[in-house]
Order: sequence, then C-alpha cells, then structure tokens
Amino acid sequence: MSLFEACGVTKRFGGLTALNRVDFAVDAGIVSIIGPNGAGKTTLFNIFTGLYGADEGAVTFRAQPLAGLRPDQITALGVCRTFQNIRLFGNMTAIENVLVGMHARIPLGLWDVLSHGPGFQRAERKLWARAGTLLERVGLDASANTVARSLPYGDQRRLELARALASDPALLLLDEPTAGMTQGEASLLMQLLRRLVAELGLAIILIEHNMRVVMEVSDRVTVLDHGEKIAEGRPRDVQADPHVIEAYLGRGRRTSRAGTT
Amino acid sequence: MTRIALTVGLLIVSGLAVASFPRSVLAFLLFQTSVLIVYVAKIPGWLRAALLAIALLVMMPVIGASNGYYLEVATQVGIFVALALGLNIVVGLAGLLDLGYVAFFAVGAYTWAIFGSPQGNAVFGTGFPLAPGWFYVFLGVGLVMAAGTGVLLGLPVLRLRGDYLAIVTLGFGEVIRVLANNLDKPINITNGPKGITPIGRPPLPVNVSYAEAFYFLVLLIVAVVVLVNLRLENSHIGRAWEAIREDELAAQAMGVPLVRSKLLAFACGASFAGVMGVVFSAKQVFINPESFTFLESIGVLSMVILGGMGSIPGAVLGATVVTVLNLQVLKGFSLWLNELKNAGVTVLGYNLANLPTQLEPAKYERMIFGIILVVMMIFRPQGIFPVRRRQRELVGVRHSPAAESTAVTS
Repeated sequence: MSLFEACGVTKRFGGLTALNRVDFAVDAGIVSIIGPNGAGKTTLFNIFTGLYGADEGAVTFRAQPLAGLRPDQITALGVCRTFQNIRLFGNMTAIENVLVGMHARIPLGLWDVLSHGPGFQRAERKLWARAGTLLERVGLDASANTVARSLPYGDQRRLELARALASDPALLLLDEPTAGMTQGEASLLMQLLRRLVAELGLAIILIEHNMRVVMEVSDRVTVLDHGEKIAEGRPRDVQADPHVIEAYLGRGRRTSRAGTT
Repeated sequence: MTRIALTVGLLIVSGLAVASFPRSVLAFLLFQTSVLIVYVAKIPGWLRAALLAIALLVMMPVIGASNGYYLEVATQVGIFVALALGLNIVVGLAGLLDLGYVAFFAVGAYTWAIFGSPQGNAVFGTGFPLAPGWFYVFLGVGLVMAAGTGVLLGLPVLRLRGDYLAIVTLGFGEVIRVLANNLDKPINITNGPKGITPIGRPPLPVNVSYAEAFYFLVLLIVAVVVLVNLRLENSHIGRAWEAIREDELAAQAMGVPLVRSKLLAFACGASFAGVMGVVFSAKQVFINPESFTFLESIGVLSMVILGGMGSIPGAVLGATVVTVLNLQVLKGFSLWLNELKNAGVTVLGYNLANLPTQLEPAKYERMIFGIILVVMMIFRPQGIFPVRRRQRELVGVRHSPAAESTAVTS
C-alpha cells in the first residue's frame, strides 16, 4: 500500500465532470501533476485536502480513508498544501504565518494559555525558534517581522511553503509554487524541494506549468486532461507519449498543416 | 529625564486641578488625559506601572470622594472597557462581526437580577433573594451563562460570514431583549418591561462606600480581563483567530479547527460581558430591558472601531473616549448650548431663544458623536491605537527597513 492513494476519484459540478475515475498514488519523492488549463488538477488537490468531497472513489493516507474528514483533520494527519492564488494571512507577519501553520501540532489547551505556566512559555519559545528555522530554510529569516502582504510576490510563495512545512507534513501538495517566478528563482525553489525530500523524507505532489521545472525535478509525472488521467510515468516517457502531445498541441497537427500547404 | 519630570508633573497638576475645581468637567478631562499621557509617554516601564497604579488606585478614589459622579463615570468606563475587550476578541481578532453583543451583558445582568432579588420567588417558589454573599459566586455563574449563550449563538451561525453573520447576531441581540421584555408570562421570569428591583448588593469585607467598592471591583475585573486578553492574543489561540479573520479557508487548511476556534471566540467574548452584567445589575439595583438595546451593541462596537480593531490598548481607550464623550463631554456641550439658548444669546443676528423645539441642543448630542465617528473613520480608519504586531526578538539579524514599520492596520 502506498503512502497516499486515490482510487477512482470522480467529481462533478452540475453537468460538468471535473474528474473522471482518476487513480493516483504517491510513495516518496516528487510527483508532478500536469495538464492544460481546466484539466482538474486543482480540483484533485481540493479533494485530497478535504475542501471538496469526491462524488465517487476513495482517498487514503497511510491506509486511512480521508472521506468525511475536515481539512484541519487531514492537515493534522500530515497532508498540507499551498494555494495556486497565494492565500497568506495578509495582516500577520511572516513568522506569525508560519506559527499558524503549526497549529495542529500544538498540544496546549485553553488552560495552558490562561495560566501561562513555565511549560507554556517553554513551548511558545520553542515554537518561535522553530518558525525562525523554517523561515531560514526558505530564505526569509530577514523578513520574519514583515507583514505578509507587503512581501514581494516570490517571497510570498516561499512563505506559503514555509507555512505548509510548519505543520510537519509527510505529504506536501504544492499548487503552482513557481508561478510568477523567474527561471532562476524557480530553479532555486526546486533545489530546495529536492533537499526537503532528501532530508525530511517528504513526499511532494506538484502542480506545475513550467515544463522545464517539471521535467527537471519530478520522479514521476501524471498528466490530466478534461478530468481524465491520460498518462503517467517517468518524465522522459511522459514527454514522448502521443496522448500528451495531443492534449497539449492538438490532434492531427501534422495532417492539418499538410492540408493547408 | 525632563520627560519623566513632565509626565509626573502633569499628573500631579491635573490631580490638583480636580481637587481645586471638583465641579469642573475640564479639570477631570485633564486628569484623564494625563493618565493617557502616562501610558503613551516614553518612560521606564516600572515608572509607568507605578504612576498608573497611583492614578487609578489612589487619585481616582480621592477624586471620587470630592465628587461622587466622577467615580460613577470611572466605574462605567470600566464596565465598557470590559465589554469592548470582549467584543474585540470576536470582532477584532476573529473577524466575526457581532451586532448583538449586548445580549451577553443582558444574560449576565438578568442571571444575578433574578437570583439576587425577590423576583426569584416568582420562578422557583421561595427562598429568594439569595444571601448577598452569593453575588461573588454569581460572578462565575454569570460568566458561564454568558459563555454558554455565546456558544448557543455561535453554533447556528458558524457557516455565516460578513453581512449575513452581522444580521443574524443583530437579530439574536433583539431576541434576547424581546425575551426579557415578554417573559413576565406565562411564568414571570424577567418581570417584563417593569424590570427587576431591588437587586442584592454584595457584602463588603472592608468599610467603604458602595461607589468605591464597585469602582475597585470593576477595576479588578478589568485587570483580569486585560491579562486574559493579552495571554490569548499572544498564543496559538489568538493567532488562530487572526488567521480565521484573514482567510478562513487557508486557516482551516493549515490545521485550525474552525468550529472550535469560532465557538471559543464567541464564548470568551461573551464571558467578559456576562461578568460585567452581574456587576452592573448589582450596582444599578434595578434593571429593565431598556438597558440592553441595539444601540448599546452599536456603542460597544464603535468603541472597538474607534480604538483600533484587534488592539487591546485601542479597545480600552476607545471605551474610555466614547463613555466620557457620552457621559460628560456631549452632555456638557448640550448643557452649554442650552444655557446660551436660555440666555437669549444672538448668533449671526439670530436670537437662539427663538430656536424651535425640534432643534433643541440636547438633540445634537448623537449627531455630534456621529460626526466624530465619521471624521475618525476618514482620517484615521485604523483607529486611535492600531494593532502593533508582536516582533520576533532578532538575534544578530539586521533589521530590514520594512520590519521597522510593521504597525499595521487591520
């Protein structure tokens, strides 16, 4: 059994079938999900993290079914995500954003907070120290006290990553983490992801449009089109797959060109 | 050094001013301002604490001895500070717009009013009023009742946001008031619009007047409420509330349980109001539904907004400013206008004595308050004391320019 498995996941919005019996599994390393706009990639993430319920099919993490669990419960199990359109807590500082990310891992209750005992203070100091380390890890330690919404775009993306890491996930879901980044920034981020996989034993699912990034960093690639999985495998194999070329470039590209000339 | 001398001097001068002119509103305002200046002045922390303690624990009761009304004003300020701090948790931190907050105040007030007066006999038979000593127990009972009501309100509105939440809470506030107004039959619980009296007052351990006793009791409760607020705000609970305010969906995805956090916010905010409700009913001896109108909820909300949403010093200052404005400044202003009118003073060739009754100065009070609010929102929308974000103590890391200016609006 894999770390994370989705089996026959189907999701319909009214008459539109956004996902149609998608199977998906992750064990370790970086798996990318690619596909044209509207292929159902983000919908898949929303089902994985409990924002939507699947109409059919099952999702399991460490053999535990996730159906019916709330997003915060899924996060507590060890699955955390970032968002395609950055969703930071804008009026809170960078380090506070990371601290919120730790919420599911804080074993303190209301009475600990109100009594403010030495145990609480020690725990709080540890949290701040760990949040600082996480910010350092993504290269934002100098901006720890900056309010999130006044950070530059690329920093916001990296802060989202740090915030997701703060929940100590075993599986990280990143929705277009390099969007809006230069090729240089994107490569740096991918090196960071590689390090995270190597050092923390994280598994990562990546939604990405930047093909150079995808091919460089992924262990496996899954291709979605119109809610269906059309290919899966090592990056090199997927790149050569005729279905994938068709999905991205259109059917009968050669013949139609032959027809016009 | 000069700064310390100036601050201390101002406090002494203002104290003397009130002592020499016990009837002058201006002297009392000067005293209040000097307390505020002690709070904001850049003086050592121990000195600030000492001066504030002297002003509130020694000077204020002495002033109250010469003019009892000032002590009453200070007590009312204290009650509203606690209310504003409670609402600040719900609206300022968790971002849940509650327009029916005074309902929790009413729950606390009626809890003690029924058990601490003969009214209890109408509900439970005999044995009421309870011995006055029960008042201290009922501070806790009022807290629990209000917190429970907060959870009851919270449960059905968990999925609502923004305008919808505001409308439902507004309705809830009215429901509580209407219940208080009509629960005199079939069983007489609240005695309807006639209200409940006499409500028992607590026995006092030392020989002081009730006015002073209530002042110190309110001060003590406010101190506890401020402490609780500070601890909540600087903990994972406070951060979770703020995260919900900023982005509910992202907060949940980061592991914040929405239901529990929101209910906790409602319960915490309500509990402060509940405690103060118990104190209020004992202090007033008489309560009726008129004390818990929608306007009161709006009043508390305007304190939070005026002071700065989500900011503890802001809520304290906002409550003080609004209460003093309503009780003293605007009253004094309309009295002054009335005097002008009665004296028949001519302004721009118009004799004020001819003013029609519809334009009586007393009726300007609310308008002027409204104008002040509007002007504040235009020129300082973040409030008087906006939130200061807690800074990480940076060890060996250079401050970036952006990190210097992180006092933020919310």
